[in-house]
Amino acid sequence: MENTLMVSSSPHLHCGMNTRDIMRDVIIALIPSLIASVWLFGFRALAVEVVCVAAALASEYLSRKVMKRPQTVGDLSCIVTGLLLAFNLPVTVPLWQAALGSVVAIVVAKQMFGGLGQNFVNPALVGRVVLMGSFPDAMNNWVTPLAWTGQADAVSGATPLAMLATDAAAEIDPLSLLFGLRGGCLGETCAAALLLGGVYLVIRHVISPLIPTIYIGTVFVLTWILGANPVVHILSGGLMIGAIFMATDYATCPINKWGKVVYAVGCGALTVLIRLYGSLPEGVSFAIVIMNILTPLIERLTRPRPFGEGRKAVRS
Amino acid sequence: MSISTLIHKTRGGVHPPHRKHTAECETVQMPAPKTVIIPMLQHLGAPCIPTVKVGDTVEVGQVVADSEAAISAPIHCGVSGTVVGTKEILLQGGRTTMALVIESDGEGRVHSSVKPPVVNTFDDFIAAVRACGLVGLGGAGFPMHVKLNPKNLDEIDTIIINAAECEPYITTDYRECMENSWDIVSGVQTVMEFLGVKQVIIAVERNKPAAIAELSRIAASVSTSANRVTVKPLPARYPQGAEKVLIAACTGRRVPTGGLPADVNCIVMNVTSVAVLSRYLKTGMPLIEKRLTVDGSAVEKPMNVRVVIGTPIRDVLDFVGLKKPVRKLLFGGPMMGQALMNEDLPVLKQNNALLALAEEDAPDVAATTCIRCGRCVDACPMNLLPTAITKAYKAGNADELKRLCTMTCMECGCCTFACPAHRPIVQTIRMAKDVLRSVK
Repeated sequence: MENTLMVSSSPHLHCGMNTRDIMRDVIIALIPSLIASVWLFGFRALAVEVVCVAAALASEYLSRKVMKRPQTVGDLSCIVTGLLLAFNLPVTVPLWQAALGSVVAIVVAKQMFGGLGQNFVNPALVGRVVLMGSFPDAMNNWVTPLAWTGQADAVSGATPLAMLATDAAAEIDPLSLLFGLRGGCLGETCAAALLLGGVYLVIRHVISPLIPTIYIGTVFVLTWILGANPVVHILSGGLMIGAIFMATDYATCPINKWGKVVYAVGCGALTVLIRLYGSLPEGVSFAIVIMNILTPLIERLTRPRPFGEGRKAVRS
Repeated sequence: MSISTLIHKTRGGVHPPHRKHTAECETVQMPAPKTVIIPMLQHLGAPCIPTVKVGDTVEVGQVVADSEAAISAPIHCGVSGTVVGTKEILLQGGRTTMALVIESDGEGRVHSSVKPPVVNTFDDFIAAVRACGLVGLGGAGFPMHVKLNPKNLDEIDTIIINAAECEPYITTDYRECMENSWDIVSGVQTVMEFLGVKQVIIAVERNKPAAIAELSRIAASVSTSANRVTVKPLPARYPQGAEKVLIAACTGRRVPTGGLPADVNCIVMNVTSVAVLSRYLKTGMPLIEKRLTVDGSAVEKPMNVRVVIGTPIRDVLDFVGLKKPVRKLLFGGPMMGQALMNEDLPVLKQNNALLALAEEDAPDVAATTCIRCGRCVDACPMNLLPTAITKAYKAGNADELKRLCTMTCMECGCCTFACPAHRPIVQTIRMAKDVLRSVK
């Protein structure tokens, strides 16, 4: 028995959680929004989601294979990326474009920078931004929700933010925004479903509530100060999905508390600036991507002061 | 009031499973073994030199090794018998030391030097603490006579008695509280008297309500407005009993990196140490026995045993019985305990647990890539950036390691415990600290 004793450095106990558990929790948190997207936009929504996830899985598998790296499909992170990308596309997007977005997200934004945890911008957002730049028409074709049931007009156009930009704000009902009865991307419209997922993630300690609450809070306060309708602004566009699921991406947000605060305030401020003063109606994607790039700098400037360092022992 | 409820906020920490299976197990006396092995290094500081030769007859309580170094403590024999030899042994942690091998004659004759010490002055008191061979019994093994005699003795205003026992499995301090609470309090009174300290805080984690009730009952009977003895229940959160965390939770003071509790006018003593000291002053019997929690998935019947210091682990395991093959053998708790290479090592003064883990509790999980989830940052009680330290270590960047205050790490292991990617974070930080020690 002498030779069978295992010697290792402490600790000899582990919390038992692994990366796959975290990703599975994120997928569970996205399910309410998935159901809402099918309810609002019909089964084509499901088709877009399946195509995005399948393309993400295939891209992850093949790129690891080609790069001769250990296979990481099993950690489920590519499913999260695929779902989030699908949630950021309009229901009418051509399926090949949806698939292309997934390939760009996984191969270019994630795997080329070393895979999970190494990417410096959110892969799903890169996929969306590339598609918006490449196919602006297809990416800005908004369908009225519930049109697929035949009860509503199939023709449509403006999203609430576009309406805000054209002074049609009075027609917007906040309650219908909460349940997603508005034009928009698949997963971004139903704020209630997104909030449900967000609460689940906070309860499961997957994300800290800091980033979503400060991000949304900043948008609320700033739009209010600047004379816009804060309730409509926080329920419109991609703010909810961005603040809860995209800005909280581990790899691209600061790791320390005060870094998270600065980052979330920055995301909120940029979103409002783009929405109110930029030429685009929506600014969540760009705001998050810009703050992703600033993350290393924010982390460096907000380093915590370790216990017993700096000022001499603080007396009570 | 004997319970003080104000708790200063401390950050970080984790919640490992308690697994205090032995909490209600009355201590069982293990018979003295046939052979004891007494290493010359059972404390922090300089190793001792034997004061007996091979062939000498020794008795219970006799000094068998001592040192003239300032930071050291004498070592006593726990059996009567004959010194049959010396051997070199490899201690956990990789240090080697010389050890005396003593064969017991089974008679347990007590040495003539064992009689209650005469203690009238502070100097007598410190001499008695040294003669007892007492070291910090919580695990670190810092010689007690050095700890109780800091340079700034007149500035010390608080003594904290550490009964937090935040490591999973271990219940030795809890048993001390339940079985010998009067020894604890009389030890506390003695220390207060000789050190002239007016405030003693006995810190216990809230998951031990019986100990809190027992200690506060007797603390109330001895506490006066001039000499306050209070019991402070603390949140059950690892590493609540780590010295720096404990001082911060009890007093709000922060020991500077590289500093000692005395730098913030505190002395921290383990609860069992206080009780041992009190018994020594009454009986004159020095530190020759230790209570051990023997537990783990390979152990037949987990229990608390009182063993003679120097008893080989093999004998302890035979005494409690095993039900499964042992995959990992630990001295101490699962969070900071050290894995042993074999069963030949003896029980040392500062050991408080022996855990025999079966295969299922010693998994070898491969690490995956860091996903920057920040759980290590949230868990760190010292407010460090563990993942950043490991990256700086891999990059060989000593300047960055310094900027990240790597030496502040107390190696509690919360980061590794919490890491979903199973990365050996604290293990890497230990190597990073070695890098900094070598560039100094």
